[in-house]
Amino acid sequence: MAGKPILHYFDGRGRMESIRWLLAAAGEEFEEKFMKTREDLEKLRKDGSLMFQQVPMVEIDGMKLVQTRAILNYIAAKHNLYGKDIKERALIDMYTEGMADLNEMIIYYPSLPPGDKEGRLTQIKEKARNRYFPAFEKVLKSHGQDYLVGNRLSKADVHLTELLYHTEELDSTVLANFPLLKALRTRVSNLPTVKKFLQPGSQRKPFDDENRVEAVKKIFIK
Amino acid sequence: MFQQVPMVEIDGMKLVQTRAILNYIAAKYNLYGKDIKERALIDIYSEGVADLNEIILYYPFLPPGDKDGSLTQIKEKSRNCYFPAFEKVLKSHGEDYLVGNRLSKADILLTELLYHTEELDSTVLANFPLLKALRTRVSNLPTVKKFLQPGSQRKPFEDEKFVEELKKSFG
Repeated sequence: MAGKPILHYFDGRGRMESIRWLLAAAGEEFEEKFMKTREDLEKLRKDGSLMFQQVPMVEIDGMKLVQTRAILNYIAAKHNLYGKDIKERALIDMYTEGMADLNEMIIYYPSLPPGDKEGRLTQIKEKARNRYFPAFEKVLKSHGQDYLVGNRLSKADVHLTELLYHTEELDSTVLANFPLLKALRTRVSNLPTVKKFLQPGSQRKPFDDENRVEAVKKIFIK
Repeated sequence: MFQQVPMVEIDGMKLVQTRAILNYIAAKYNLYGKDIKERALIDIYSEGVADLNEIILYYPFLPPGDKDGSLTQIKEKSRNCYFPAFEKVLKSHGEDYLVGNRLSKADILLTELLYHTEELDSTVLANFPLLKALRTRVSNLPTVKKFLQPGSQRKPFEDEKFVEELKKSFG
């Protein structure tokens, strides 16, 4: 297993942020190569490095992995963050996929035309408060354990912690009625690896503001 | 759990989220590779299939005005991006299956995708001999062969009448 993983993406959250969080939580140090121009993307495509011509792409353990879920699943399995058997993995997958559905709306929010933002924000708030957060609060309440699955840290807890922070950025009171989610977020945030990642100067990326969105559009849109 | 279907009751669980269900079934029946690196390849290929499948899945439900554009996109992506990528994988190792020289969920998902894409674009497989061979090989497995016969639980293409009925029930 030679060298640190290398993350190929633009300098922003997008679909790579979950991967950064999971590597950081797992304690696996990584490097980043940021695409700044369209030529950077085209070079990766011409190299044959991108199986479906898309990023994220992560060079890790001799492989060039694409597809966010494939990358996340590999990292989780490598670091024992994927449960102890196939039933625990099913629960972890189920919870992770629910989070991904909400996260999809949040990921695209910064790049929406101004006229569409309000409607999307309403949708995010509504789904977080009425569908997703109650579902996860209920899981924690049902077993009373410190983590979502199997009484130990898994990728589901790391993804959820990230999601809770990102949703709160858009809806500051969203966690008001979810004490167990708040407690989980605090617990995960206090793990040494995560605590380090949450500090200024880490590889965690800030909210994708308008400047960043404009810069990214230049790379991806002709 | 999230107020949506699919939901599958299996082995004492009520599983939701398509990927969670598929991954469980694959792991249960040893269709998920022999180690985490094979699983990573299977996941990459399955996710690529899912990206194209997403467009195909929604196609029957689009307003008539949007269908042309979507069909063009399906044809373009399958012929120029996805099918070449999978053909290249098969060519690179010359084996009968996508990963680890044995059947995995990736081969099954791809076989289904090849049939469904061909329904919308009848000549799409013309330049992909290895994909055609894989499809034939998987289709000849006894379990799959049975599933491909009339009267099985396999569902037909969602035509306009079906879509209308569905909208009435759920709308």
